[in-house]
Amino acid sequence: MEVSSAEAALSVSASSIRITDVTQDGDVLTFALTSQKLDSSAGVCVFRIYEDFDWLQQSLFSQENLPGLQGIIFPPLPSKALPSQSNTQTKALKQLGFLALGQDWQSYCKALEFYLQQVAAHPTLCKCKALDSFLFNSESPGKQRGRKGIFNRLSQAVEEMRKESHKDVDNFFQNERNKNTNLAALSKVATEKLLDVVMTEQKLALACGHFSTSLHLCVNQDDASAVAFSKVCLKLSDVIEAVKRNLEKVASNNLSTLGLGLDLESRYQEAEKEMLFRRTCKLIELETVKKGTEKAKANKREVLEAFQKAVEKEFNLISSVAKQEIERFHSSHVNVLKNFLIGWCEVQLNTAKEFAELYSQHLEACRNMYSE
Amino acid sequence: MAASSERSPPPFPDSEEPELLEDSDEGADAFTGTSISEMDSPSPDSTRPPKDIFNEPPEDIFSDPLSNINSEPQKKVDAKIPSPSSDEAVDLFSDPLDDDSEVMSSPEVQNPMPDLLNEPVEAPKSDVLGEPPVSSVKKAASSEMFGDDDDDEDLFKEPPKVVTKKPQPSGPPVDVFTEVKSDVKVKPQVKDDPTDLFAEEALTAPAPKPSAGSSSSRTNGVHSEEQDLFSEATVELSLDSPRNDRKNKDAVKPSVSAPAAPVASSSSKAPSKTLKELEEEESEDKFDLNISITNPEKVGDGMNAYMAYKVSTQTSLTMFRSKTFTVRRRFSDFLGLFEKLSEKHSQNGYLIPPPPEKSILGMTKVKVGKEDPSSAEFVERRRAALERYLQRVVSHPSLLQDPDVREFLEKEELPRAVSTQALSGAGFLKMLNKATDAVSKMTIKMNEQDVWFDEKIQDVENEEQHLRKLHVMVESLVNHRKELSGNTAVFAKSVAMLGSSEDNTALSRALSQLAEVEDRIEQLHQEQASNDFFTFSELLADYIRLLGAVRGCFDQRMKAWQRWQDAENMLQKKREAEAKLLWANKPDKLQQAKDEITEWEAKVTQYEREFERISATVRKEVIRFDKEKARDFNRQVIKYLESLLHSQQQLIKYWDAFLPEAKAIV
Repeated sequence: MEVSSAEAALSVSASSIRITDVTQDGDVLTFALTSQKLDSSAGVCVFRIYEDFDWLQQSLFSQENLPGLQGIIFPPLPSKALPSQSNTQTKALKQLGFLALGQDWQSYCKALEFYLQQVAAHPTLCKCKALDSFLFNSESPGKQRGRKGIFNRLSQAVEEMRKESHKDVDNFFQNERNKNTNLAALSKVATEKLLDVVMTEQKLALACGHFSTSLHLCVNQDDASAVAFSKVCLKLSDVIEAVKRNLEKVASNNLSTLGLGLDLESRYQEAEKEMLFRRTCKLIELETVKKGTEKAKANKREVLEAFQKAVEKEFNLISSVAKQEIERFHSSHVNVLKNFLIGWCEVQLNTAKEFAELYSQHLEACRNMYSE
Repeated sequence: MAASSERSPPPFPDSEEPELLEDSDEGADAFTGTSISEMDSPSPDSTRPPKDIFNEPPEDIFSDPLSNINSEPQKKVDAKIPSPSSDEAVDLFSDPLDDDSEVMSSPEVQNPMPDLLNEPVEAPKSDVLGEPPVSSVKKAASSEMFGDDDDDEDLFKEPPKVVTKKPQPSGPPVDVFTEVKSDVKVKPQVKDDPTDLFAEEALTAPAPKPSAGSSSSRTNGVHSEEQDLFSEATVELSLDSPRNDRKNKDAVKPSVSAPAAPVASSSSKAPSKTLKELEEEESEDKFDLNISITNPEKVGDGMNAYMAYKVSTQTSLTMFRSKTFTVRRRFSDFLGLFEKLSEKHSQNGYLIPPPPEKSILGMTKVKVGKEDPSSAEFVERRRAALERYLQRVVSHPSLLQDPDVREFLEKEELPRAVSTQALSGAGFLKMLNKATDAVSKMTIKMNEQDVWFDEKIQDVENEEQHLRKLHVMVESLVNHRKELSGNTAVFAKSVAMLGSSEDNTALSRALSQLAEVEDRIEQLHQEQASNDFFTFSELLADYIRLLGAVRGCFDQRMKAWQRWQDAENMLQKKREAEAKLLWANKPDKLQQAKDEITEWEAKVTQYEREFERISATVRKEVIRFDKEKARDFNRQVIKYLESLLHSQQQLIKYWDAFLPEAKAIV
């Protein structure tokens, strides 16, 4: 999380952006959004639905008069959540991964919040008018949508494979592309595996819950020995209940820190990949233009050369923006992961300490039970 | 116990007597076997044979007259003692006696002592007085009853008498004695023992006398057992500890005066009082006997292969030859032990801990598979189960006294006959279960007068249901835990990969550290899974089996009840027949009918008493079981908590170590 780099055009402090509440009405999630303008101490609260976020993202994509736009790594917007379908949990999990977990869409809100903060913290994107109106206009801007972004991934899906393996002219970008492909895949796998771990922890917690409840069946007050046995059972029930809470806590720790971090990491890698892909597309375009120019007849050559120059200029611009963006991304991604790792480690440590304390209390009680 | 069953008509005695004889054959062989071999070699161990040899004759001196006092004609007893095959007789009677001598192992039984003087007195009294007039046919029996005092005196006179007689008859007994003497020469310190033995007898003899005198109208059964107990106790204690010096003996003596209490209470008619005592006794019941099973080892190849386990015992109990000893046993030996124990003790209402089930699948895997983790798990699981089984057996005060148990723990080689019992061992379990089912159907017919039993039977059934349910839960818990461990391992791997592809060196380092942490956490989960399994899953499985055994006890009690009721019905029929004869005025047959009535009246009384005794025993056993269960579960919960605590502490360590790594990322 980078605090805004104090650009004059930025009217909002990135770190003040919060999603404070979420309400669900059928299929629609409405998010309550608060932020604080830099020049005033008063906070602004607006209500937004997912479509508004989508509109913002599209607006960012389609900014005009912004040279090298295609070289920008756009902060990734989580895909749309469909609350009414979330009862088919497996589907939601497949689509959203970690973001589908957690109570009341908490992790989803966190992800959206993080997205906005990243947008606001971006040196170029924060200047976009759409962001201002998204954050402060009480009118929902999503309605005036309609312009489909120029970067529609779906249409590219077929070409992608071919173009992605296109050899780069610049070693820096070739390396970056290779690394990015690698990291994107790995971080995705890691996220999925951590998700598996969290899911198993939750299942285990559930099983502990059942066990703990069933232990109450053995309670019987008939005679002295039955009472003694019942006491043991109740004690065990408490213990298992504690184990259950421990697992739940560990699972939610995993989810809210490292889980979100890895999820963000993998989506960011994906965003970088998209940017690199856009650049590669431009490169291919440039190369075809070059080829065309070479083959072209003399009368057309001049026009084509001019065109080639324009494309080359654009490509170079994209490349230079991309280089900056990649550098920025690298440092921020290390920072973000670091923060998540530290946060994660700390909560897990606290949880472990808390439950070690609790268990030793139980242990004490159990030992005393028979020494009385 | 044997005394009363001796006299009872089929089916009961038929089923019992041959067993006892069979058993005793083995025992006798075993003993003579060792004594002969030991005799040849004057090794330091040779102190033992004299003990054994000595142990036997006095035992039969004491036990024979006692256990037979009322149930068998006196001459029969006499006939047995001089007979060269007296070894058989020895075991025949010493077996049931051992049941009662449990008391010795628990020196704290002293408190029930007063009851010894009160309770038995009132119990038999009512029996005798409540009995219908004795008829001519029963003369022998009645003379026994009333001539009891004589018998009692015999009892104390007899030992020396028989001992002196011993050398006279030709054959083994003479050898036995001379053997002892020769050994004594070799080992001077053993010399004390024979004298001690007699001194002890002398000491004990007066002790029971007042109680015997105080109850002039004692009948068979109850009283004679107490006497058995006294004599048994003394003999066993003094002989089993040949090296013990005087001091030790003195320490033992006080307990000698008390041992009759549990028996007395088990046959007494004041259960409420007894129960309290029993509870006290149980709670103080601590003994120093540690059994561990280690080194499972595959012996042989192919389908004939089997696993042998090292059974190590550590004890300070004087009934064992040494403080530590180790034997090798195979699974079928454990089954054989169970079989022997149940043959001897289950009809008395004792709860015999069941051994783990035979698993053909698991064992086949072990036989076929070389180094399969699942078969290693199977072996470990069985090892632990066998260990728990043995610990349960020896923690039962009565079973600990059983010669077969001692033999199992101590003897280098068990009779190989056991190997054929391996299959029948499993079959026996099935048979037992079937019989159990058959009897439990009878339950409906038996209208339970005892509220305690009525409730307890219901409780046990409910509990079994609950435990089964819990067992399923724990299984799923264990499976989830294993799954978690697997997933954590995969996650660790993917984090390691991610770390290796990362450019930033600090982040890369942190990620590979994290992978290591996750690897360790995986280990923790795995340990926890096996903890979950061994502390709970196996515990529950054990108790499901044990509850089956408890039901078996209830069934034994019901069988006794059934026998009593049958006898009651028969008596009713005989009375009706008599009435008919009276009415028809046939005096010639009347006498026979009257005789029959008396006979059946005696039987009814006997069966009723048996039923009461078995009820008391079962009750005692169930209370013991419940107590043990609560204690056992508590122990396991503590163990489990310790493992949880350990896990958390490890986690704290791991996270503490990782935190600086995460903070070091630049």
